[in-house]
Amino acid sequence: MSTIQEIQKEIIEDFAMFDDWIQKYEYLIDLGKELSPIDEKYKTEDNLIRGCQSRVWLHAEHTDGKIIYTADSDAIMSKGIVSILINVLSGQAPSEIATAKLDFINKIRLKEQLSPTRANGLVSMIKQMKLYALAFNN
Amino acid sequence: MLDIGKIRKQFPILSRKVNGQDLVYFDNGATTQKPQAVIDSESNYYQNENSNVHRGVHFLSGLATDKFEETRNTIQAFIGAKHSHEIIFTKGTTDSINLVANGFRTLFKKGDEIIITELEHHSNIVPWQMCCEQSEATLKVIPLLDNGELDMNEFNNLLSESTKLVAVSHISNALGTINDIEEIIEKSHKIGAKVLIDGAQAASHVSINMQELNADFYCFSSHKMFGPTGVGVLYGKEEILNELSPYQGGGEMIKEVSFSGTTYAELPHKFEAGTPNIAGVIAFKSAIDFITNLGVETIAKYEDELLQYVTSEILKIEGVKIYGTAKNKSAILSFNIEGLHPYDIGMIVDKMGIAIRTGHHCAQPIMEKFNIPGTARISLAIYNTKEEIDLCINAIKKAKLMLS
Repeated sequence: MSTIQEIQKEIIEDFAMFDDWIQKYEYLIDLGKELSPIDEKYKTEDNLIRGCQSRVWLHAEHTDGKIIYTADSDAIMSKGIVSILINVLSGQAPSEIATAKLDFINKIRLKEQLSPTRANGLVSMIKQMKLYALAFNN
Repeated sequence: MLDIGKIRKQFPILSRKVNGQDLVYFDNGATTQKPQAVIDSESNYYQNENSNVHRGVHFLSGLATDKFEETRNTIQAFIGAKHSHEIIFTKGTTDSINLVANGFRTLFKKGDEIIITELEHHSNIVPWQMCCEQSEATLKVIPLLDNGELDMNEFNNLLSESTKLVAVSHISNALGTINDIEEIIEKSHKIGAKVLIDGAQAASHVSINMQELNADFYCFSSHKMFGPTGVGVLYGKEEILNELSPYQGGGEMIKEVSFSGTTYAELPHKFEAGTPNIAGVIAFKSAIDFITNLGVETIAKYEDELLQYVTSEILKIEGVKIYGTAKNKSAILSFNIEGLHPYDIGMIVDKMGIAIRTGHHCAQPIMEKFNIPGTARISLAIYNTKEEIDLCINAIKKAKLMLS
């Protein structure tokens, strides 16, 4: 299993190949389409991430000292964004996730590429993932 | 002959680029852009006229007061109000509605009923819920038909001797429906109920005359009619405004203040506590002049032409569903594309320089009725063109291609 830093590096390299926003968006859309489905029973009000303009559900499970995240959204771009975060953080230890510096977001200029409401959604997603990590770390 | 090119030149922002593309601004239902005359007027106030109104004896205070009151008179003429003191300056439509709802809290009692509609903006729902909470009056809701028109049969059923107030929007911000407010006002008055009209989406798109319309209250916002943000109007009939308690206490709204009791100023000052948005109010006059010079009828006719065009063009895209197909519609087009989320469409067309609104448009009950998370909304104004509509339609097609 690669570390959070290693995965971030790969994502930065992936995004470096894109020339324009269309390619970035198409990549996010593809990631969204490929995101493993969440168990329907976890698509509850409680699992909705606040601050997202579309509905984004996030579920976290703590097994063998690692957190496995699953997520879904009714908007494909949001799914793509949460998919990147899952790629980076899912399967890591709670302590790693809680302290992870997610430099890749600035490096791939993800926030700038998103409308302000999406960017807020992105921040909310990260916050929720880290909150789970803190809870499981105790 | 309407020269749209000439009109566009008056709006400096329309020549800027967004994401490297020419801006196509189709979010006029949220706020309109401002013509140079409005920008100049606001700037000129701070450069040459800045002073507080209704207070000082000095030259500048007199000048600012005169210009402030000139806007009030201009609005009186624009909406055909009987008296200029029936025009109250507020922060916006939301503030205007809250002012009225707050005033009625102590006048309504248990058993009284307030009627609103299913297509209201949240700002014409929540203040009445708050009013009901405190007065113990009951809130009734006129339901929507599938085409986005109000169910007027149900309105007739809801009207009763208990009805004290009916609050309804002139034009739905989410669906574009132009409601038959004439009929609503007439029927409500017959049973003795007052009527408040939320005219936020209407004031620059259809002509309004308070004395003909006979509404008890009519609310609108400057920023949705080419004027500055932070300025709104509450029109109210003199006799009813006199009955309502002041909304806020402070300077300007008093006659005499002492610790044994305070008496309130006359209209309109009774409802204008504190220093108002003087620059905004003064610049608002330039916006009204802009509308009046073009003529509301001319604006409405041109916007309707745009609406017909965008409607027929968008229906050529497979899977498009339009929400709001009322016979009488303003230039607002709400739609979804089968299998796609409106946010995804909005984000992609934004990258092509096109500003549309996506979401629930602060009208969640409508979204609930149609069982959708939201819609994408194109809302047009006088400076928009068919060429811009073509760009937007192409962008939507491109988004659909990327997302499918």
